[in-house]
Amino acid sequence: MRFLVSFFILFIFWFLLSGETNLILIISGIISSLLVSYLSYDMLISKSDLRRNIIMYLKFIKYIPYLIFQIILANIDVIYRVLHPKLPIDPVVINFKTKLDTEFCIVAYANSITLTPGTVTIDANKSKDFIVHALHSSYAHSLLSGEMEKRIKELENV
Amino acid sequence: MFREILSGTFIFLGVFFIVSASIGIVRLPDFYTRTHPAGKADTLGQIFVLLGLVIYEGFSLVSVKLLFIIGFILIANPTATHALVKSAYISGLKAWTKDKKDG
Repeated sequence: MRFLVSFFILFIFWFLLSGETNLILIISGIISSLLVSYLSYDMLISKSDLRRNIIMYLKFIKYIPYLIFQIILANIDVIYRVLHPKLPIDPVVINFKTKLDTEFCIVAYANSITLTPGTVTIDANKSKDFIVHALHSSYAHSLLSGEMEKRIKELENV
Repeated sequence: MFREILSGTFIFLGVFFIVSASIGIVRLPDFYTRTHPAGKADTLGQIFVLLGLVIYEGFSLVSVKLLFIIGFILIANPTATHALVKSAYISGLKAWTKDKKDG
């Protein structure tokens, strides 16, 4: 099952990149994606429950527009601070624990923190400790209020 | 014609973000704060430039490839920033704070 799913993902990806409709090339594409998926389906799709993961990825697509909106807000704010003549920054380093459980969600959360308002993840690990550097203490407060974490937590509740 | 204006606007916005990010890297006081513009404004700038190219190209396989590149940038850029900052943190670099401006 995992083998077939990774084969289809790889073959669709191959087709989008090549755009070839020649029969010989398609057959060689099928052969190469079969070979690669046979060798590496363990890495592409982890052993945990497949259906649950697929639902989680589909839910993640719903999260993307919110993330993009946050990224744009973050950028306008950082650029405002950078171009402001007085450079109004007040950096702080904060530690906190997250409530997220799955690895995928922790990674998504860490990367979202890096991409959004004035915060960069310094450390995130399996024991759920986060160390975050914030450009201004107001960002740290808005991060600790946990709006984004709540949204990612929703991905986990399948 | 309209499409060209739209894609031009996107590319201009992207260039604006990238230039501001460069200014930020020069102006900010220490390594940690410098990663903020490098990790965020750069990402958005690149995404805007690539989106402009997608609009210019229209609906074709080339734009699909460009969209793939946008996805990869969204994953790779924060990860690279995180790797840099983490290694700085492990090697014991102290973060700049407002009260000790001479440090």
